[in-house]
Amino acid sequence: MSSTLINAQHLHRYYADTHAVNDISIELKQGDILGLLGPNGAGKSTCMQMLCGVLAPSAGKIEINGIDLLDQANLAKQHIGYLPDKPPLYSELTVDEYLNYAARLRHTEKNKLNDYREQAKQRCGLDKHGKRLIGNLSKGYQQRVGIAQAIIHHPKIIILDEPTVGLDPIQMREIRSLITELGEHHGIILSTHILPEVQAVCTRVQIIRQGRSVFNKSMAELQQINQLALRLHENVQTDALLNIPGIQSAEQTTSGRYLISGDHLHDSLASISEYCVKQNWGLLEMSPAENNLEQIFIQLTSSETGAYANAGTE
Amino acid sequence: MILHIALREFRSLFLSPLGWVIMGGLQIILAWKFLGFIEYFYTLQADLINIKNAPGVTDLIVAPLFDFSKILLLMIAPLITMRLLSEEKQNGTLQLLLSSPISMTQIVLGKYLGALLFFILLILQISLMPLSLIVATDLDMGKFAAGMLGQLLNVAAFTALGLYMSSLSKQAVTAAASTYGLLIMFWIINIASTSDATGGNFFNYISMTHHSLQMLRGIVYGSDLAYFILFSLGFILLSIRQLDAQRLQH
Repeated sequence: MSSTLINAQHLHRYYADTHAVNDISIELKQGDILGLLGPNGAGKSTCMQMLCGVLAPSAGKIEINGIDLLDQANLAKQHIGYLPDKPPLYSELTVDEYLNYAARLRHTEKNKLNDYREQAKQRCGLDKHGKRLIGNLSKGYQQRVGIAQAIIHHPKIIILDEPTVGLDPIQMREIRSLITELGEHHGIILSTHILPEVQAVCTRVQIIRQGRSVFNKSMAELQQINQLALRLHENVQTDALLNIPGIQSAEQTTSGRYLISGDHLHDSLASISEYCVKQNWGLLEMSPAENNLEQIFIQLTSSETGAYANAGTE
Repeated sequence: MILHIALREFRSLFLSPLGWVIMGGLQIILAWKFLGFIEYFYTLQADLINIKNAPGVTDLIVAPLFDFSKILLLMIAPLITMRLLSEEKQNGTLQLLLSSPISMTQIVLGKYLGALLFFILLILQISLMPLSLIVATDLDMGKFAAGMLGQLLNVAAFTALGLYMSSLSKQAVTAAASTYGLLIMFWIINIASTSDATGGNFFNYISMTHHSLQMLRGIVYGSDLAYFILFSLGFILLSIRQLDAQRLQH
């Protein structure tokens, strides 16, 4: 019963002559946390701005919760909470004043205003900061206020552009757990440079390079291990390795190092190691040989190093 | 929704010293001028008795004061309007407005009204000193009202022009400088019309001074009203278009 919250098809965006976003489609379902990855200037921010209605796409179609964003912008935007890469804060206001204003802009009813504001503050750890001036808060707390304004009106979709920038490791962990918690009832899109962050919170990963979507898989698919690298103390014939249950092929890469393949190996890691130990092969190391997010990212984004510098502006 | 944006804008002016400084400075300068006009009136009083249909207090004190305050308002206007949209763009807060379920028109009108509210407050403040004359003498309230209307129309036009300049630039200072330039141009452009050159009428027609002159004498012409209303509406519409264009094409 997961309904589609965002259905964006074939988006294009030009900045003068730069084709910043080139035929990207994004889909988001309820309960999904989609991680947008890509080097600087890949078009992540542009994508997010188009999904929020801040920028109009040069071509393409965006449906928010079944409502066309271009035809019925005001209706569609009511379902969106957006944190830009630079939090949109008025430094002369207090946290409470600012959050009230943000909630009012999203048509929050007056009788719900206080409840919603307190909820958002509590979720972002701002309970004690309501009366503080935003300009006097540290960067980490300003970032939290930015997240609070994005979730204050209980939107179905939350779009966060690099939400953990400028936070210390503890705050980062808190924000990640907040995102995971929010993800249960909302659809979330977040962009980041921090790969472990994606691995920790996201359910789907989409990698963008030079305005094109080059990778789009769910975390579950990504975590499937079909190839394992083994390091053994003993010299073992590759034929012997084939006897391990579930293994379809095996090869020796260097002395003492082997690559074994089979379907869904992640389910049988325990039995593989047990088998190696029983055979007295001296198992030293066992690690997934592929599908590591970092490997995929680097492979996909750095195949043309020159492109990195030339990529479109954000 | 327009009101929420306007009220935040208005409040922000008083959260920084800017609003207070402007109000205080304006009051001091006008008080000085006001006393000067009263003194002038006293020296003329004896001669005035002998003249038929002599100009009264309203003509000799209120009208010149309002005429002078318009110049001050012209100098204040860019300081207030320069931040309206430039600052929102610079700080990234415009993205909050653009991603909210409100239309471009609502954003622009909210900003415009917020600044206009401040100017209405200034005009009310300006009117207090001449109003105090009521205690001692009779004021021509018709002329007084026309003078007030003239000031309101003038600031409505200043604000609209300033708002548009602010929508064009990310830098508040650039917006202020260009607003000063254009406002002063619209203010003095009728100087050209004093010569006999052709087109003199045209320059008179687009000049703000020309259109606010009669209101000080208590005469409200439809054409003067139309000029200011069209001027303001025109620049408001241009601001909306400008914001829309920025969303479409960077």
